[in-house]
Amino acid sequence: MPKKDNIKKVLVIGSGPIVIGQAAEFDYAGTQACLALKEDGVEVILVNNNPATIMTDENIADKVYLEPLTCDSITKIIDKERPDGILPTLGGQTGLNMAVLLDEAGVLEKYDVTLLGTPLETIQKGEDREIFKSMMKDIGEPTAESLSTSSVDEAVRFAGTVGYPMIVRPAYTLGGAGGGIANDEAELRNIVKNGLHFSPISQVLIEQSVKGWKEIEYEVMRDSNDTCIIVCNMENFDPVGVHTGDSIVVAPSQTLTDRQYQMLRTSSVRVIRELGVIGGCNIQFALNPDNDDYIIIEVNPRVSRSSALASKATGYPIAQIAAKVALGYQLDEVINPITGDTYASFEPAIDYIAAKIPRWPFDKFTQADRLLGTQMKATGEVMALARNFPMAINKAIRSLEIGLDSLYLPGVEKLSNQEIHTALDQATDERLFIVAESLRRGMTVEEIHDITAINKYFLYELEAMITKEKEIAAKEWQAIEAEDLRDAKSFGISDLTLAKLLNVDISTIQQKVKEEKLAPSYKMVDTCAAEFSAETPYFYSSWNEWDEVESLNGDKRMVVLGSGPIRIGQGVEFDYCSVHAAKSLQGQGIDAVVINNNPETVSTDFNTADHLYFEPLTVEDVLHVIEKENAQGVLVQFGGQTAINLADGLQKAGVKITGTALEAIESVEDRDLFYQLLQQLNIPHIPGDTVMAVEDAKAVAKQIGYPILMRPSYVIGGQGMVILHNENQLVEYLADLQATAHGNRIFPLLIDRYIAGYEVEIDAICDGSDVLIPGIFEHVEKAGVHSGDSVAIFPAPNLTKEHKQLIELYAQKISKQLNVKGIMNIQFVLSEDRKTIYVLEVNPRASRTVPIASKVTGIPMVDLATRVQMGESLSDQEWKLGLHKEVPYYAVKMPVFSTNKLPGVDPILGPEMKSTGEAIGLGSTVKHAMAKAFGWKENSLKALSEQDTIFLSLTKIDTKLSEQLKSVTASIEADPETATLLTEQGIQVRTTTNLQEAEQKCVDEKYTFIADTHRTGEKDQHVSLREAALRSDTLHFTANDTLSAYIEATTTNAESPVSIQHYRSNKPDLNKKERAMP
Amino acid sequence: MSETTGYLVLNTGDILEGKWLGTPKQEEGELVFNTAMTGYQEVMTDPSYAGQIVTMTYPLIGNYGWNEIDYESIKPSLKGFIVSTPSHNPEHYQSKNTLMEMLEEHHIPALSHIDTRALTRIIREHGEVYGKITQDPNESPVNTSVNTNIVSTVSVKEKKSYKIDNPTNHPTPHVVVMDFGYKHSIAQSLLELGCEVTVVPYNATFIEIQSLDPDGVLLSNGPGDPQALADLSENIKQISESFPTMGICLGHQLIALAHGATTQRLPYGHRGSNHPVKDLQTGKVMITSQNHGYVVDYDSVNMKNWYVSHVNVNDKSVEGLKHKTKPLMTVQFHPEAHPGPIDTHHLFVDFIQQFITKGEKQHA
Repeated sequence: MPKKDNIKKVLVIGSGPIVIGQAAEFDYAGTQACLALKEDGVEVILVNNNPATIMTDENIADKVYLEPLTCDSITKIIDKERPDGILPTLGGQTGLNMAVLLDEAGVLEKYDVTLLGTPLETIQKGEDREIFKSMMKDIGEPTAESLSTSSVDEAVRFAGTVGYPMIVRPAYTLGGAGGGIANDEAELRNIVKNGLHFSPISQVLIEQSVKGWKEIEYEVMRDSNDTCIIVCNMENFDPVGVHTGDSIVVAPSQTLTDRQYQMLRTSSVRVIRELGVIGGCNIQFALNPDNDDYIIIEVNPRVSRSSALASKATGYPIAQIAAKVALGYQLDEVINPITGDTYASFEPAIDYIAAKIPRWPFDKFTQADRLLGTQMKATGEVMALARNFPMAINKAIRSLEIGLDSLYLPGVEKLSNQEIHTALDQATDERLFIVAESLRRGMTVEEIHDITAINKYFLYELEAMITKEKEIAAKEWQAIEAEDLRDAKSFGISDLTLAKLLNVDISTIQQKVKEEKLAPSYKMVDTCAAEFSAETPYFYSSWNEWDEVESLNGDKRMVVLGSGPIRIGQGVEFDYCSVHAAKSLQGQGIDAVVINNNPETVSTDFNTADHLYFEPLTVEDVLHVIEKENAQGVLVQFGGQTAINLADGLQKAGVKITGTALEAIESVEDRDLFYQLLQQLNIPHIPGDTVMAVEDAKAVAKQIGYPILMRPSYVIGGQGMVILHNENQLVEYLADLQATAHGNRIFPLLIDRYIAGYEVEIDAICDGSDVLIPGIFEHVEKAGVHSGDSVAIFPAPNLTKEHKQLIELYAQKISKQLNVKGIMNIQFVLSEDRKTIYVLEVNPRASRTVPIASKVTGIPMVDLATRVQMGESLSDQEWKLGLHKEVPYYAVKMPVFSTNKLPGVDPILGPEMKSTGEAIGLGSTVKHAMAKAFGWKENSLKALSEQDTIFLSLTKIDTKLSEQLKSVTASIEADPETATLLTEQGIQVRTTTNLQEAEQKCVDEKYTFIADTHRTGEKDQHVSLREAALRSDTLHFTANDTLSAYIEATTTNAESPVSIQHYRSNKPDLNKKERAMP
Repeated sequence: MSETTGYLVLNTGDILEGKWLGTPKQEEGELVFNTAMTGYQEVMTDPSYAGQIVTMTYPLIGNYGWNEIDYESIKPSLKGFIVSTPSHNPEHYQSKNTLMEMLEEHHIPALSHIDTRALTRIIREHGEVYGKITQDPNESPVNTSVNTNIVSTVSVKEKKSYKIDNPTNHPTPHVVVMDFGYKHSIAQSLLELGCEVTVVPYNATFIEIQSLDPDGVLLSNGPGDPQALADLSENIKQISESFPTMGICLGHQLIALAHGATTQRLPYGHRGSNHPVKDLQTGKVMITSQNHGYVVDYDSVNMKNWYVSHVNVNDKSVEGLKHKTKPLMTVQFHPEAHPGPIDTHHLFVDFIQQFITKGEKQHA
């Protein structure tokens, strides 16, 4: 059956801000889907309030609504746009939940909107575990003994009959939030109670634990003709017990016989048929390693993180095909775009192994509980492709950017055998390295298997890697021959690791590699194991094999470095930039070669670049690609700090860094050089210095005066950055830092005076002589809160003309002095008296705010930046120079946090970034934009009434907040100190509650929101209260400015949804040059 | 390390260097690749690979070892085996041996650490490729064709009967399998459906088969060019017109030939577990297991008596034939799977259904 002809206009629901469990994979899926629909002549209306995405670009959908993902907001969009169909299965759990809400509210029926793809009934069947289980029972498919319940006591009774351990999974949550494994009644009570809080329908599933079984996943597609295919199956390195999002995963399965593979394949097909899925579906199995018993763990009747991984692992574009299938096409009618002449109804065969390793945020959240379980904690992931397991693992480790280049984790040799045993038993993010260390110590595969239940196949492979490392280390460098290097390379061992193992300088290795003309070959990803010819420009490295890259035809080739895994401080916004840089190059007639290793992203889609290399972003791996491609240069400004950090090594190896010179990059990244520069340009900077020792730090701190802002140099997202108020805190901080440094040097450290001013920032495109500034972002919270975590308004509403002129002037000075070619981000602090503007930092690269500024103003910032990097001048572009005129509407960027997934992390705002994503709100006034931003999801913004109670524990209160609190209708509760403070201001406090009581009330969900702004650095009652708010999903504020903005938003009536195209149609030529008449 | 170096020398002029997996032994054969990611044991014991050197496109082979249940024949018939990275520490509860142990036991020359993707591309680009596994890179393959008597080397020499203990069907249908190199899973599929199975040599005559009083006859898969068995056509025609008959793979090709169709060589064959096939009656698409180098010419099928029941979604080649009036059905793919999906297993049920219904009538 061909396409449904009655569907001419489709509403696609995006997944919103990035949170743990729902990351960039939905930008990839959504982008593919929108393009697939457009390709068929369907008008696409998109709603998604994540501004950092490619999918919200104006050329991806016909109309883009950067509007809240709430039932009310989407209903209004439907009312306005009258789509024929709605496609919710590509927007993650958020998209599905919205579809359910819209249906329940009768909206779909009222407006006669057809739900495309998988029927709603199926979605509910898959989500409601009770219904799902009984359906599986009907078709004879096994599931775990389980019970869905809303009662703690009932859960305990059931556990009594089935036996412990029991797994607890809350219904309708992301990444299994709030779940866990209970080994006894006390644990069960705790976890169930918590899980009920997390579940929007207050329901948890408790089930028999199959901990230790193999965890296997199948990605299945089905069309309306009932054709079912398996795109890919995957096997978790970590057996059941660790969330699959937190597991190391390989594709395809490695330890299943064909009989078992087909048994689970057949089961998958039966399940997807019974469910009636139209599109993609993910099915997770637990398989007993000792026989053929299996159970179905869960089914996701939509595209997912796993489907993004499966797409990148095989080349098969699941989301794109799912969109076609939703339109009514059959799989045997859709051409497989990879081969170009086979059909989407064939099952991919791959001839390499794909390994995924999650990227966890524990480098940022050192205080977080690192134990892995049923609650996903990773923010992102990397994938490596290779012709064998060791090479895949080594490449994946390098791709993680956690400072490791092999299976060796520094400091691990200091652990006692007992500690090693514990670390094997209780999985954390470091378990892979602990297994490696156990093997180094001579533990047998058998012994490790007994503790970890990790399949021996994987352990034998790791053992082979360790044996190889030992073999190399046992040799003298002089005895190393080319054959040894080739052998090491076939294990994926990097030059750096070889240098460490052989105790020589890395340059010695590099020289030998060069002399022997050793280089990787590159193999193609083609979905069919070379059975058919394919023209996909999608490659991965291999060693000692034949190369199959066909040279690009153009005269010019540039490499664009991607930004690696999504992590705190480096999110999907840099993928947006990398993709636009590649597209810009293509627009200039230059071939774009993209290198990245993040399987979730648009940049690693096979049709983004002319050539895509799925490789680690290290100097060695990147150099090999540059040499292979004979590229003329590399663009480092778009891949976040990842790419910038490679600039030095690449230039030293003779690669041309296009755009801003390396020296200029270094002069803004090195604090001393940077301050010299500012002094030279007569630009104020905050007093500060670099210190090299403890005593030095004390002296400098005393000299510039407390409070001080302290941080290690070269950091992303303010990692390790703190505000210290006195010398005691300084001493303590240094001691902590030293303790967690694994014996590495903690110096140099940077100390600045902490100025609690107003923060503003800009992104400027510069060509060395001119600058173009689309606008200024103003932060709501005062300096001291990381820019990534502050609410920001664009264009800045509270700056004077003089302030703006000064900002423009400073940008011009810096740009000219450094001969900046491309893009830079400058952060400023306006002193509290609003008299001085300090330059806080300059990032010689694209920043987090680039996609927002681009979308709001319509200035193609990355394209312009790429063009000037390639030598065009700004004055030749169609846009005006200097600071642009302000658009007649406002955007508010709202940080979104995942701290509720990370026990042990205090959600208080500070200089260290904690948010995982951001939402945008647009409006005709700041107030209205703010209301949209705070109201980014269901129930996140509600007018306060007499029924509401709020709890306040504040350190101070300003006039604005005081006035606001006087007029709120909600009952105010406060701790004694705050109560005094408030009463003094004439604010009525209903009840004075101590923190302990407040914590209990918070857990019992008595509060509409809490505000606690105390930051002592201790794990005190305030931290405890904030953590209680996280657990109970109670709205919480940790800065007065945010609280104030929120209260204002609660009194603002929502504006109707407006598409970004409509916003911009108002004055489209506002900042375009006037064309002289010929 | 040179003592372990082995070579695969191809008649295309390519020489691939690898390592011996087991004892070095020279051997020649036609090169074919299989894209299945699991099921190497089934592939290696499939008699259809007789005369061929098989390379697996999936690089990691041997991970789950070698077990006692996944034999498709009592011993491997292939001439040689080429892999990228073999596992020497297999891990599976059913595993009894390693891949290398079995290669040794059956004296199959094998090379590892070959760039199997490069080899696959060579086969794809050249179509028919012959090669020699050797210790001497200066040698080259002498044979450039597969022995035309290849079927006789893999077929049973005498008939053999199988039945299960407690059949659910009464009376038990009796199926005669003509063995051109049959996979055990074919007999197994029939047995599991309650049939009594007699396996007879590939050249059993109509009279011999008639004397067994079968309810149905199945012509099995097997190696080689179907045209090499042209002299059997008359016999096959008579059998297929006299009994409900099913043909699988080579059996399908032979029945087509016997009824006047022609066959040709595919450029480089279909071998793998992922081939989509469309049932033209129902419009349904199923994923099938395939292993064939020859195919029935679409245009040669006599459409007066036959219709094409299945086609390959990708290259539209003939995947199945059905006689318009007689109980005669043939498929190019492998409904018995092993390795591969069991999407088309129902074809055995359809086949048997014909004579179970007939049986009831006879006994009514």
